[in-house]
Amino acid sequence: MTRIKDIATAYLPAEGLQALIDTLRQHHDRVLGPRVREQAIRYETISSVADLPRGVKDEHEGGRYRLHQGEEATFFGFVVGPDSLKSIVYPPRLTLWSMKRSGHEGTIEDQDEPVGSTAILGVRPCELAALAVQDKVFLGHGFEDPHYRQRRERLFLVAVECLQPGAHCFCDSMGTGPGVNGGASWDLALTELVGDGRHGFLVRAGSDAGREMMAKLPLEQAGDGLEKARETALAAAAKSMGRTLDTDGLKKTLYDHVDHPHWEKVADRCLACANCTMVCPTCFCSNTMEETALDGSSAARTRVWDSCFNLDFTYIHGGHVRRSVKSRYRQWMTHKLASWQDQFGVIGCVGCGRCITWCPVGIDITREAAVLQGKPTKTSGRTTS
Amino acid sequence: MIAAKERTKAAAGAADPMRPELYRVQRSRRESSDTFTLELTPPRGYKPTPFQPGQFNMLYMPGVGECAISISGDPADDGVLLHTTRVVGTVTRALNGCKAGSRVGIRGPYGAPWPVAEAEGNDVVFVAGGIGLAPLRPAIFHVLAHRRQYGRIVLLYGARTPEDILFKPMLRKWSSRLDMDVYVTVDRAEAGWRGNVGVVTNLIKRAPFDRLNTTAFICGPEIMMHYTVLEILGRGVNEKGIYVSLERNMKCATGFCGHCQMGPFFVCKDGPVFRYDKVKRWMEIREL
Repeated sequence: MTRIKDIATAYLPAEGLQALIDTLRQHHDRVLGPRVREQAIRYETISSVADLPRGVKDEHEGGRYRLHQGEEATFFGFVVGPDSLKSIVYPPRLTLWSMKRSGHEGTIEDQDEPVGSTAILGVRPCELAALAVQDKVFLGHGFEDPHYRQRRERLFLVAVECLQPGAHCFCDSMGTGPGVNGGASWDLALTELVGDGRHGFLVRAGSDAGREMMAKLPLEQAGDGLEKARETALAAAAKSMGRTLDTDGLKKTLYDHVDHPHWEKVADRCLACANCTMVCPTCFCSNTMEETALDGSSAARTRVWDSCFNLDFTYIHGGHVRRSVKSRYRQWMTHKLASWQDQFGVIGCVGCGRCITWCPVGIDITREAAVLQGKPTKTSGRTTS
Repeated sequence: MIAAKERTKAAAGAADPMRPELYRVQRSRRESSDTFTLELTPPRGYKPTPFQPGQFNMLYMPGVGECAISISGDPADDGVLLHTTRVVGTVTRALNGCKAGSRVGIRGPYGAPWPVAEAEGNDVVFVAGGIGLAPLRPAIFHVLAHRRQYGRIVLLYGARTPEDILFKPMLRKWSSRLDMDVYVTVDRAEAGWRGNVGVVTNLIKRAPFDRLNTTAFICGPEIMMHYTVLEILGRGVNEKGIYVSLERNMKCATGFCGHCQMGPFFVCKDGPVFRYDKVKRWMEIREL
């Protein structure tokens, strides 16, 4: 075991990446990684380095997402796609149990199947932070969700640090990136370094399982120079964040501004389409639906992702609590940035910026927060307040 | 990190808080034109968790769906579970159609109860609007069963019409007690009604209680609770002695579905019973 400890940090040449994928495949029931599907980078099953979006760059802006094939040899030169770990640990649609009926009698059967172990390659630091937030929601406060737990417990996470943040990124503001620091515990962390005629990864182990995995890889000794190169690259990445969010006094700002006229302005643009809640890696709201056989002999309870932007979300007899789009946007943003802190002890936002990119009209949580905070804001050259 | 190779028990083995037990309807009793009480017995071999006054269950009708309904029975009686509800939607309509022998899925009990132990030594004022009497009834049962622990016991109850008055035999019994004050009012009287007419808040002015040592438990429509609180505060009761029970859309009752949020609270697990000073700020915001 001492030998394994010795290589808690090491260097994996780019040619060794296939060995990592192969080893993951040997030890886990499925291996997921970034892959281009339907013009987006998604988490998909991977079996070789050829599956990875090598050289692909992603362009993010409010309401805009494009992939470009670049000339660079890097494997992880992009940031996050619309998928997050959320859909892996908390499936968008899951049948919880079903009931068979005969006459008055009925029997209930659990429907959630045992899941295999899942290794995920290319998990970004903001994703780890989001997973830690989800852990608090599903495992840390009162009741436990067994469906989340069984998926969560069987993850092997290979993180990749972000050296080229996107225009929508603000993880540096949220303290969740660009380097792997804090967040949910991980097994391996990779930093992709190109320079001095070499291309490879600084590899670190974050768990015993990660250390065991490292012992099986074609690693080389990592010199001090590599660790320095990593630090320099991360510092540069932190400086090149496309956006910022000032978290100082954020809860009070939102709680004190429920009547701010800006909510109306956002509501004028907001389509209440729920995209932001679907791509958000921490949004956890769900609905439970009844699915019935035509002859009434059986019924199933299916949990599906829901969104506080849907009108029916707050329906009780007599009407809806949040009728206006204004009140629904206010709920989402206030929950994410303020009440989440009261509920779970952390801010619900990890700075991944997905809600900005996938908002069809480019509503920007960092900008809307800045307006409430009374800060000058800039949007496409125009200064508004 | 949990070791990757460690085999964990599948969800099938762990208790799913979303999975109900199928109770048997022993009896369905009509309370008014649109309100009924279900008497339910647990399946053989299943030991229900005892409930506390003010808690609720999720009731499931196979093929229809689920909804949150407060428990209206006596917490000391663990043999039969009572739910009193009004027909307002698809699930409650289906529940209303239940006959003896029907099966209803039950999971719970959930939520923060009326703090009956903390009220000991105080006068207790119950203010109910409409169906709001149902979630208060277990607390009334409790204080009457522990009568010596409390000062005066006052029930102020407002219904829409005399026909809508719930639990009439019980109200008559309580009215005849010498150690309890019961005042009933209706919004609209009918021929033959000789009682009070008007909103329930009118009853607060003359209700007998010691303002310095009073705990008030209020349940009804939010607007009714708002004005009731103002009247009670006007009588000089401290806002820390006032409790309200709130209602929101609930899909899970376990803090996962997010539907019942009200500011920092999940009404399902932080409530439905809240001390007024803690929710005051949030109750005052429209469309929160």
